[in-house]
Amino acid sequence: MEESTYRSHLLICCGTDCVSSGCEEIKSALEEELANNDLADEVKVIETGCHGFCEKGPVIIAYPEGVCYCELEPFDMAVIVKEHILNGRIIDELLYQEPLTEESISSYKELDFYSKQQRIALANCGYIDPEEIDDYIANDGYEALGRVLTEMTSQEVIEEVKDAGLRGRGGGGFPTGLKWQFAHDAESDKKYIICNADEGDPGAFMDRSLLEGDPHRIIEGMIIGGYAIGADEGYIYVRAEYPLAIERLQKAIDQAEEYGLLGEDIFSSSFDFKLQIKEGAGAFVCGEETALMASIEGKRGMPNPRPPYPAQKGLWGQPSNINNVETYANIPYIMLNGAEDFSSIGTEGSAGTKVFALTGNINNTGLAEVPMGITMREIIYDVAGGISDGKEFKAVQIGGPSGGCLPKDKLDLPVDYDSLIDAGVMMGSGGLVVMDEDICMVDVARFFLDFTQSESCGKCTPCREGTKRMLEILERITFGEGEEGDIELLKELSQNIKDTSLCGLGQTAPNPVLSTLEYFEDEYKAHIYEQTCPGGICQNLLGDYIINQDCIGCTTCIDTCPVDAVTGEKGEVHEIALDLCIACGTCVDDCPVDAIVQE
Amino acid sequence: MESLAELRELKEEVKDQQADGDKPEIIIGMGTCGIAAGARKVLKEILNEIDKRELDVTVNQTGCIAMCEKEPLVDVRLPGKSRITYGNVGIDNISKIIVGHVVNGNIVNELAIAKLND
Ligand SMILES: Cc1cc2nc3c(=O)[nH]c(=O)nc-3n(C[C@H](O)[C@H](O)[C@H](O)COP(=O)(O)O)c2cc1C
Repeated sequence: MEESTYRSHLLICCGTDCVSSGCEEIKSALEEELANNDLADEVKVIETGCHGFCEKGPVIIAYPEGVCYCELEPFDMAVIVKEHILNGRIIDELLYQEPLTEESISSYKELDFYSKQQRIALANCGYIDPEEIDDYIANDGYEALGRVLTEMTSQEVIEEVKDAGLRGRGGGGFPTGLKWQFAHDAESDKKYIICNADEGDPGAFMDRSLLEGDPHRIIEGMIIGGYAIGADEGYIYVRAEYPLAIERLQKAIDQAEEYGLLGEDIFSSSFDFKLQIKEGAGAFVCGEETALMASIEGKRGMPNPRPPYPAQKGLWGQPSNINNVETYANIPYIMLNGAEDFSSIGTEGSAGTKVFALTGNINNTGLAEVPMGITMREIIYDVAGGISDGKEFKAVQIGGPSGGCLPKDKLDLPVDYDSLIDAGVMMGSGGLVVMDEDICMVDVARFFLDFTQSESCGKCTPCREGTKRMLEILERITFGEGEEGDIELLKELSQNIKDTSLCGLGQTAPNPVLSTLEYFEDEYKAHIYEQTCPGGICQNLLGDYIINQDCIGCTTCIDTCPVDAVTGEKGEVHEIALDLCIACGTCVDDCPVDAIVQE
Repeated sequence: MESLAELRELKEEVKDQQADGDKPEIIIGMGTCGIAAGARKVLKEILNEIDKRELDVTVNQTGCIAMCEKEPLVDVRLPGKSRITYGNVGIDNISKIIVGHVVNGNIVNELAIAKLND
């Protein structure tokens, strides 16, 4: 029997329906793969009629196993030949599976990622079309504005925001209602309301997502704010690096104008309000409120001393109120659901939710909106899915360049404004960078100081010169040239810079250094006194690269070394010339047997 | 907008329109994160596929739903059914989603992440 010499039979369905779903291409791809592997004589391909499984076509049934592979694409053929025919493994992903019913799919609320989240600011993000005002309106959009303008006085609006306990989401956490009261009480016939969408913290993208995903919510919050303080004009300051956010925001403004939700006599209330976008050039310091207003006025984005505060003398010398994007995003919810509802979420001193941008060594990067008071552990292990690659948690950086790092024993700290300040860090705008065991805390401090130092505008001396000196010290320590007294000097400089800088940039710049000194001083000491980097990051402290006896002589490292520092014969243990080696680590990553180590 | 009543009227109108939609709807996450992960190509392929098969389907966009890790995200909602979210969708998966789910009503197991009842 000739047939029995074949080791496999592959039956391809070539009924009409399967032909239309592409079985001809499947067949030729399969035959080509078989030929490439010299299997044409060992595997017989048979065209059959309809298997009755047309929805799942093209289909291949493989004998002798009798398994059925479904919904095949031509590129699956290489896998079938390699795995099924050559390796004898059944390919689970291509097997027919019972179709999932709706019931068997978990709902969003059941996913670990969402079960601890509570969405107020992000309620519509990812659900509605941000370019359709009707979609927003269908989800209660502008209802809050309508009620405010037709049923409430400006003072009533302010009281509601005060009672809600809303605090600024841009970093400082100042009570929003109080800020609105100051601007409301300032006397002037021209006032401004400003939205801070500069979002300069490395790793932060909460505000961008809000503006891109639900721009009308921010607009509605701003109009309500304008009514509350008596402003008829508003600016949204967005960094130019956010072109999509700007485009969607502009569309939203145009639509709101068309519907008469911006413009004159809104809801026949005789309240007028207009809104425009100002694009910022992306300097970190322009996120500071006085620098931001200078930038809108067309001046250099440099901070000015406060007082006077914006509420007294802000944009173009007029009383102004400035809030963060997320702060405004909470306003429509508060007006619709009431202060009591809002203040029941979160903790006593920190009402509501906070949106965090989760990045770093975690399984689920993304955005998370969680009630205040949730622990850091819940955010990292439940929402973010824990540390990636099965590694150990080492630290979490919160609050961006103005914030700091928390160690493992602070994981159960409740995340609210005051607990974070007590722990020596701050809420900041919502960047959360999670770091695993393979990180050097001195290097982390150096990274953030490098950022603030280069973003320092240079106007005041403590920030301009002080951060530079601190950075030099940190660089020395990470190069293995730390000296006795460096730690004390860093602490002293930090205190001086905090006390004497003009704006928040300088006043908070030392925070990453101070918090790492508080929780990881041992690592600084190891660098300075023992010339070692416990995190295994600082190259100068890690010793020379050598190749040990595990080397199989495969020559991979010889080929990949960028400076030709490795020599040796095939099959023999190779050697690194230390005078040539630049310690780049390329060979370590490429070595198949991990024979290259540092000593 | 002259009055709150006018706004509410519009709201009901839009909701009615959305509710009795008898067409399948495909929604693509088009935030910066989605676009960076390839959502524009996915959108193009979806439009191609719909065109090729002459389907009557509404295609809409939305913003970031926060699972940036799983972008590109594509949702499918059949009339009267829950909205199903697919994650890490590549252009190779589109025909499967369209033929399997949109045309035949079978959820594509390996790509489905979650459902949203609304
Ligand atoms: C250097 C520096 C950068 C800042 N960057 C931002 C920013 O990107 N976004 C923001 O909302 N606030 C930023 N702030 C805080 C603002 O000065 C201001 O406090 C905030 O916009 C007030 O809004 P809120 O009360 O709603 O938080 C920054 C402050 C400093 C000192």
